[in-house]
Amino acid sequence: MDYRVRLEVFEGPLDLLLHLIKKEKLDIFNIPIAQITADYLNYIKLFRRLNLDFAGEFLVMASTLIHVKSRMLLPSVETVEEEEPEDLRAELADRLMEYQKFKEAASILKEREAIQRNVYGRLPLIPQDEDYTIEATLFDLLDAFQRVAFRAEKEVREIIQEELSVEDRIREILDFLENRRFINFETIFSGQRTKKLLIVTLLALLELIRLRMVFARQAKPFGDIRIYRAKQELVTQG
Amino acid sequence: MEREKLKNIIECFLFFSDKPLGIDKLANIIEIDNPDEIKGAVEQLKKEYELRNSGLQVLNIAQGYQICTRGEFSSWLRKLYKSQTTFQLSLPALETLSIIAYKQPVTRAEIEKIRGVDASCVLRTLLERKLIRISGRKKVPGRPILYGTTQEFLRYFGLKDLSEIPSLEEIKPPVSG
Repeated sequence: MDYRVRLEVFEGPLDLLLHLIKKEKLDIFNIPIAQITADYLNYIKLFRRLNLDFAGEFLVMASTLIHVKSRMLLPSVETVEEEEPEDLRAELADRLMEYQKFKEAASILKEREAIQRNVYGRLPLIPQDEDYTIEATLFDLLDAFQRVAFRAEKEVREIIQEELSVEDRIREILDFLENRRFINFETIFSGQRTKKLLIVTLLALLELIRLRMVFARQAKPFGDIRIYRAKQELVTQG
Repeated sequence: MEREKLKNIIECFLFFSDKPLGIDKLANIIEIDNPDEIKGAVEQLKKEYELRNSGLQVLNIAQGYQICTRGEFSSWLRKLYKSQTTFQLSLPALETLSIIAYKQPVTRAEIEKIRGVDASCVLRTLLERKLIRISGRKKVPGRPILYGTTQEFLRYFGLKDLSEIPSLEEIKPPVSG
């Protein structure tokens, strides 16, 4: 895995553009494209010189700016159906305006966060299912799967044609958990009579765990695995 | 049931509960059919705490009520809980959250279009913090996942409900130029 240092100074290309517009006191709806493109590229050069790794999205925006600039320089050819440079510029202005609104909304949330962070409510007093507190690792899950699959292999004699997608299986598992707090790992696989169904079930389970919609927990290392449904309204103060 | 007793029972619940309790829930436990009666008692309790100048307050958050400490005493509480790590959301997380709050249900691609950067990392953090949830899948090719905010989102920001955040039209971006 490669290690990248993300550039935190600017959240993204739109953020950098807003910064440049503010710095040069430009009008969002009348951006001098040539000037902003030059300023923008200067920043990209600076990132490079400082050896900062930046997201590819910055380059996408650079190419958009250059594209708009070049379109504005060239006389329009009527036969070519392409967006007018003015349209492209207006589109950029709209995007910047919208982004700016959400930036403002984020700062409102930040203020509320600062207030609410100083207000404490009671922490959960009664820990639930004290026994099953260890989160099962991928290897635990694969080991458990192998045990189930091995058992199934001995039982399955005939080939049954059945189609079931991972997505369907995800829904089935969630439905199953609707009125229960947990199910045993083995229970999920019981009744899955073909290898394909077993694998589809495993993939569905892994996907649910990845999305943090369920948790796989054990009471002790290498112990039985239970699948818990993630509680949506769980309070996580502190 | 007399008003005073009802109020005291509710006080016990709001003190003991680790999350905000809604009027419906309270009505259910106390077995009183009239939600207005519950609401009246809760509001009276809330007022009493305010008048008493207490260190505690009855908060109306996340579509429910909970007894919490007052913000001005937070530094004292931190003396008691020294080890408690205080968590704060990053700017990308706050931006992404605000987009989800206003546009929900919304897909990752829609969020990324507005912010202009990849959102997968931030979304994972927000899911882990239970500030957002998967609310379904959009009925378009690829069936992308839709995201929405949670009760925990309301609680975290001390909001009664979503209507408490100003509408997008109300938000005036700082004038540039």
